Formats: sequence, structure tokens, C-alpha cells
Amino acid sequence: MSKGPARLDVQGVTLTFGGVRALNDASFTAEAGSITAVIGPNGAGKTSVFNCITGFYRPTAGRIVLDGEDITKVRPPARAARGLARSFQNIALFHGMTVLDNIKLGRHAYMKTNLLQAFFYAGPAKREEEALRREVEERIIDFLEIDHIRNKSVSVLSYGLQKRVELARALAMQPRVLLLDEPVAGMNREETEDMARFILDVKEEWGTTIVMVEHDMGLVMDISDHVTVLNFGEVIASGTPKTVQNDPRVAEAYLGSGDPQALVKRIEREMAS
Amino acid sequence: MIIGTAKESYPADEALLTTAPQRVWMTIFVIALIAAPFVLSNYWLYLACLAMINVISATGLNVLTGYTGQVSLGQAAFMAVGAYTVAYLERSLGTPFLLNILAGGVIAAAIGLVVGLPSLRVKGLYLAIATIAASFILHFVFVNWTAVTNGNSGATLAPATVFGIELATYDRLYWLIMPFAVLLVWGAANLFRTRIGRAFIAIRDRDISAEVLGIPLLRYKLMSFAIASFYAGIAGGLWAYLFRVVTPESFPFLTSIFLLAAIIVGGMGTILGGILGAVFMTLTPELLRVVVDLASVFVPDAATLLSPVRTIVFGALIVGFLILEPRGLTEIVDRIRRFFRLWPFRT
Repeated sequence: MSKGPARLDVQGVTLTFGGVRALNDASFTAEAGSITAVIGPNGAGKTSVFNCITGFYRPTAGRIVLDGEDITKVRPPARAARGLARSFQNIALFHGMTVLDNIKLGRHAYMKTNLLQAFFYAGPAKREEEALRREVEERIIDFLEIDHIRNKSVSVLSYGLQKRVELARALAMQPRVLLLDEPVAGMNREETEDMARFILDVKEEWGTTIVMVEHDMGLVMDISDHVTVLNFGEVIASGTPKTVQNDPRVAEAYLGSGDPQALVKRIEREMAS
Repeated sequence: MIIGTAKESYPADEALLTTAPQRVWMTIFVIALIAAPFVLSNYWLYLACLAMINVISATGLNVLTGYTGQVSLGQAAFMAVGAYTVAYLERSLGTPFLLNILAGGVIAAAIGLVVGLPSLRVKGLYLAIATIAASFILHFVFVNWTAVTNGNSGATLAPATVFGIELATYDRLYWLIMPFAVLLVWGAANLFRTRIGRAFIAIRDRDISAEVLGIPLLRYKLMSFAIASFYAGIAGGLWAYLFRVVTPESFPFLTSIFLLAAIIVGGMGTILGGILGAVFMTLTPELLRVVVDLASVFVPDAATLLSPVRTIVFGALIVGFLILEPRGLTEIVDRIRRFFRLWPFRT
């Protein structure tokens, strides 16, 4: 069913809200089966990039290309069906449901049960649900070590576990590209290490392309194959963790150059545009 | 005390009833349902029929409001659509009653689709107002489309007949209404074991992330409206056969509020909640009446003195439930279950 990892290209994406330019000609590529991190200071446009990729925002200019197919104008549900899955910065689980049902929802777009079959829970509906239950249990719940909470309501879980359930739900979508918005935000070190292990395992065992936005530099430098740095909506550096780490522009974006003239110039440029 | 539920297969764990006590209670309930017409008096059978009609309609509304989160105050109007459809078909065409009732459901569902259209853009109270508007438009149609509805004088219809037997008495109507109620409640329960029911809850809890998971919002909201209206249409059709006269005032706007109150009192977003709420709302006024009757043995003029009190007590009970048991009667049932799960040990 799964068609293997996909390559994701963000090509010259520009996004404006009124006069505010959230993204300016941003381009990067996530190679199939790799981990790409998108980093940058607060307000750099990281989540905007994600929202363009998943289809919440329609870019003012530029294209989103999934495995050679331009999906810029495709609606979010149809993008999900093409294998694009995401987790949210502020967890977006369904609080009225159990962990198991949350995860099962990930598969929604791939299932075929219609209303009449569902009403009688007969034939195809029963088979499909049972096959899904088996797969969710054996491939996802075991894999992410959440079997002890499967029947709990997600609202009673700790933050770290909720993040893990969200990852589980994204995995149930059989993603070809998995987008993780701050997967370890607000986690303690132990939880962060667990999550890092799971992300690497997903890459190894599921062979999924992973794109993540993250502030935890330790995690980013440790597990990504490729890092893209955004600042004020522009890509200012791109490359392996090592090259990005040593790039003076990146240090400047995070720390400032220490040169007051440069700051004045930048503000003037901002005002002019 | 239940130590654990050790299931050996996934299908066993996905069943509707998973524990032995649940199965025992269900067996008792089924026996009671079958025995009822042989035991109950005519008047209580009438109440049972009415309660089951309300259960059907409340369950439909629960799918829409409790599970999908779309507040609707148009459920009574859809019941009226079902009732008028049955009345028209019975009077003009004389088609078999099962077909009439199904047609009532289908036509109500079709109108429900149209009424549901604003739900993509408006939510909460605004959607409630839109459904109120729809129900007043439908009321206008019932009054003025006299060729079909016979206007304010109302449409009377012949009783349903099966193999020449007229279903005119309550003990016979019971056998028409009860299977419908059981089938529709069972179907609604099944719905929430599949992807369709999960999608409804997802839309209620967080519609934006539902969309990212590949759930088309409009299609599922409309589906939910159609299901709720279908249930209302069937309930209305059964109602038409129970009372055999349908007027524009048969389903006043108050009925919509009655049904909404039923699912709130029973427990929104649970199948059991729809059942308990509808039964409670239908039978409590009657139980209070019985209390008044008993009191009149001791107090002269109890009926005149206490009948207004009856209405107040009924209202106070509803308010009390909202405050003390905001999650409804199902929460009480759950609490009892939790208690016996650990009994005789204390938590």
C-alpha cells in the first residue's frame, strides 16, 4: 500500500499577509528517505513553510512539489491521500477519543467503508476495521511503546506521551513525507531522547522522508541529514549540520553580528520593503 | 470485581459488548423489551411507543450534535417531514407502510442535506439559528402546501396493515416501533466502530486537524445532517402511524428543544445517552403524574394543586442534572460500573 518515501521540493515560495512578508522566495529540498530540519529564530517563517506544504496557506508565489507532482493547488485532504502527514506544534489530538481511536483516524483517507456497511458493521466494514486494528497494534503501538495507554483518553496523558500519540497517528497515515512541527518542544531530556530514537527508527524502519521544525539544536545537529536555516522568511543557509553550524550568517541570525550599523541597515531595509 | 478483560483476538476486543456483565444486562433488557407488550397496560404501552420514537429521534440528533458537534434545533421539523411523507403516501398512494416509513426517512435526509449546507461556514449558535430558520420555513410549507399536507386541518391516515391485520392498538404498534428503535440504535452504535463515526468525532473535537488527516469536512458534516434527519424522518413516520393525524402543530419548535434537552440530560456523544435521555424526558412527567395521583388519596384536590408543581419539578430536575451531572445520565451509569468493577474493594 505504501509507495515508499517521496522527495519534497519547496520552490521559491513567497507568502504575504497584507503587507507582511512571512516567506520570501524560500526554497529547499527534502531528499527521499532523509531527515531535513528547518530551523531559524522565532518568527522566521518555519511554521508558515509547514502550513504551505500541508495546504493551510496558499503561497502567493512559488510551488510545492511532491515527487515531481505540483501540489500547490491541492486541498489538504487530498494532500493527505498523497502521503503527506504532519504533527502540530500545539498538539492537535482529538480529546474526546481514546489513543487507539486517535491513531486509527490516521488511516481514514485510505479506508473504504461506506455508510451502509458501517451501519450494519457487516462484511467489508468489519474486515477493514479488524485489519486496521491488527496493523495499528502490531506496527505502530508496539513500535512506539504505547501499548499501556491504548484505551486511555488522550486528555489524561502527559505532554510527552501526547506528542508520541500524535506521531503514532501521523504514522498511521502511511506517510511518504512526515512533517514534524517541534516534535520535542516542552519535553525533558529523557523524553527528548526517546523521541529522537523514535524519529530515527521511523526513518530506518519505515524509510519515510522526514521534515521537521525544531528549536532544540542538540537534536537537530544529532539526527538531521540536511539543515535549512530561515531568517525573516528567507533561506539564509542550507547544508549538512556541520556546514550550517559554521556558517557566519547563521550565527548572525541567531545572535546578531554585534555591529550596530548592520542592524540600522537591516531595519531601514525592512521599512523600505 | 473484574480483574481484567483478557481478550485473545482483536475482533473480540472490538465487539460492542466486551464484558460478561454487559452481556447479562443486555440479555435482561432484550427479554424485557419482548415481554413488555404482554405485561404492560395499554396506557404504558402507549408511553413505551412514544419513548421509543423519541429514542430514535434523539439518537439521530446525538449523531449530529453530540458526536459531530453541529448544534441543530431543527430535529422536530425533520420529524414532521417524515410524518407528512407517510401521511401523504398512505392517503394518496396507499403504498405499504414499511416503504412509507423508509420514504419518510429518505425525504427528511434529503432536506437535511440542504439545511446542513450552511454548516461549512457557520458553527455553534449561528448554526443553531440557521436550523431554527429552516424549521420555521418548513412549518410555513406545512401550513400552506395544502395539496399535500391538508394545511391547518391536518392529515388523517389509516392504520398500517400487515397481511390484513390493522396495527391500530398499542400492543400491535409496539411490534412496529420497537424493531425500528432497536435497529436504528444498533446501527448508530456500529457507526462509531468504523471510520465514519471516528471522522464525526474528529470534526467535533478539532476540525482543522481532521482536514489534515484527509477528512473532507463538508461531506462528513452533510452526512451527519443526513443521518440525523433520516432518524428524525423515521421517528416522524412511526409517530404518524401512532397518532394517525398529522397537523403543522404536531411537531412544534418546542419538540426540537425537548430532543436537545434529552441528549444533554442523557449524555452527549454516547449512544446510551440518547436512549436514557429520551426515556427520561418522556417518562418523568408521567411518573410525576403517578405521584400526584397517589398523593390525591391523602390530599383532596391534589390534581389541581399539584399539576403546576409537576411542571416545575420536571424543569428543576433538568436544571439539577445540568449542574450536578453535566455529562448526563450515562455518567451515573459509568460511575456505578466503576464502583462494581472494584467492589468489594474501595478506591
